[in-house]
Amino acid sequence: MNVYADNAATTAMSETALNTMIPLLKTGYGNASSLYGVGQTAKEYLENARKTVADCLGAKPNEIYFTSGGSEADNQALLSAAMIGKRKGKTQIISTKFEHHAVLHSLDRLKTMGFDIVLLDVNSDGIVRPEQVAEAITDNTCLVSVMYANNEIGTIQPIREIGKICREKGVIFHTDAVQAAGHIPVNVADDNIDMLSVSAHKFHGPKGVGVLYAKTGIRLTNLIEGGAQERGKRAGTENVPGICAMAAALKEACDNMEENSKKVSAIRDRVIDGLSEIPHSRLNGARSPRLPGNVNFCFEGIEGESILLKLDDLGIQASSGSACTSGSLDPSHVLLAIGVPHEIAHGSLRLTFCETNTLEQADYVVKSVKEVVNYLRNMSPVWRDLETGVAKHII
Amino acid sequence: MALYSETVMDHFRHPRNVGVIENPDGVGEVGNAVCGDIMKIYLKIDNDIITDVKFETFGCGSAIASSSMATELIKGKPLSEALKLTNKAVAEALDGLPAYKMHCSVLAEEAIKAAILDYYKKNNIPYDEKQFSEKKEGYFDPEADGTYPDKK
Repeated sequence: MNVYADNAATTAMSETALNTMIPLLKTGYGNASSLYGVGQTAKEYLENARKTVADCLGAKPNEIYFTSGGSEADNQALLSAAMIGKRKGKTQIISTKFEHHAVLHSLDRLKTMGFDIVLLDVNSDGIVRPEQVAEAITDNTCLVSVMYANNEIGTIQPIREIGKICREKGVIFHTDAVQAAGHIPVNVADDNIDMLSVSAHKFHGPKGVGVLYAKTGIRLTNLIEGGAQERGKRAGTENVPGICAMAAALKEACDNMEENSKKVSAIRDRVIDGLSEIPHSRLNGARSPRLPGNVNFCFEGIEGESILLKLDDLGIQASSGSACTSGSLDPSHVLLAIGVPHEIAHGSLRLTFCETNTLEQADYVVKSVKEVVNYLRNMSPVWRDLETGVAKHII
Repeated sequence: MALYSETVMDHFRHPRNVGVIENPDGVGEVGNAVCGDIMKIYLKIDNDIITDVKFETFGCGSAIASSSMATELIKGKPLSEALKLTNKAVAEALDGLPAYKMHCSVLAEEAIKAAILDYYKKNNIPYDEKQFSEKKEGYFDPEADGTYPDKK
């Protein structure tokens, strides 16, 4: 059996997205900036896609800027808000310790540019409290950025409440909604969001396409200069087939959200219940509120990369927050941020499901993970020490 | 292209000499759980010959494969030869390791040396300290560095 369970890393393109994109690659080649027919047709496709995306997110079409993906959207959002702050003499930016690196590394750069970066701690349940944001905001704050749902542990943040606080205090609020859009309801108006990032390939759209939403009145700073595309804020000939495929995929995801969420949650719950039977294991992050497809476990006494290699041999594709899979010495910054000890964080496994997975696959995953954990524990000196009482179990 | 060579994957899938030796003549354990790699080597030694060797490893695919290959390379060999085993030889026998995984082969070499040292000490056998204190080229000290040299 083959089970693709790494949908938080990327998804397969849906039939809808493919059926939108492939014909457009053939016929929609016109440059949307050109005045002749084939160019104007492309322009029409582009603006229709903009309207579709805006409708899905509760935004106005002129608030939607197409980018090359979530990382670019995050980079541009943070830089833009920082520049707005600078013009007003405000230099403090508040974010959290468990953001995606597209946010954290952008903040590192803003720090070298003189901004004061405050990274909030994350509760052990993987949820940031609105009060933490309220307490951190000062007269000098120009931006708050908190992700909508975490990419590793799937915990959903109280975005609406945080947005309300920011609005009351007159601070720009950005959220990285890359894992949330298309999976759980996201509405920029209801959720008090000023800026938001989206990536197409997380909801069965193509790679290389994303969205930056910026509320009317927020002046963007260009990352890419060189043309009047995207209202002059993002130069480069538009990837019309990709953008239209993204719009189609997002619309499909939003139209079927309730049904998909029910199905995927059932798979997630089956896997969480099954893996909870493994001794000295634990679910990372609160069980609720959690993205419908996210399962993230730690297993004591073993290392994540070996789990992944073993699972791959069994036909299961997953990911891990172990150091060995990241190419750095430290395990996942997300797991460390929620207080998981290093030695446990190395033994983490993330399984992320989507609506094309089945309950039968869920059962196969549980059975396989149990086998792999047992096998690896049996050759682990750490596990032997834990089992013989030489060392104490942490979980 | 796969992350690991076929030989690495073979030793990862079918590790040789996994397990424990009861009443071993020498035991060596290196690495630490915080960094995500621990290797433990058990030796049975008869007349300066390694008659049996077993390993236990907590770590990634290349750590398990390196342990497995290293035990194969010293099994049945005299101690003098086992002491000459370098991490490079382990990595070469595995048809190469990715640069940022070379430390796994270093751990294998160090675990074997630690086990032999343990045997010498237990039996009050005089030994040349230099054979055990040599700092390996390409060795990466996590405590000092924090990230791998080739990490972007």
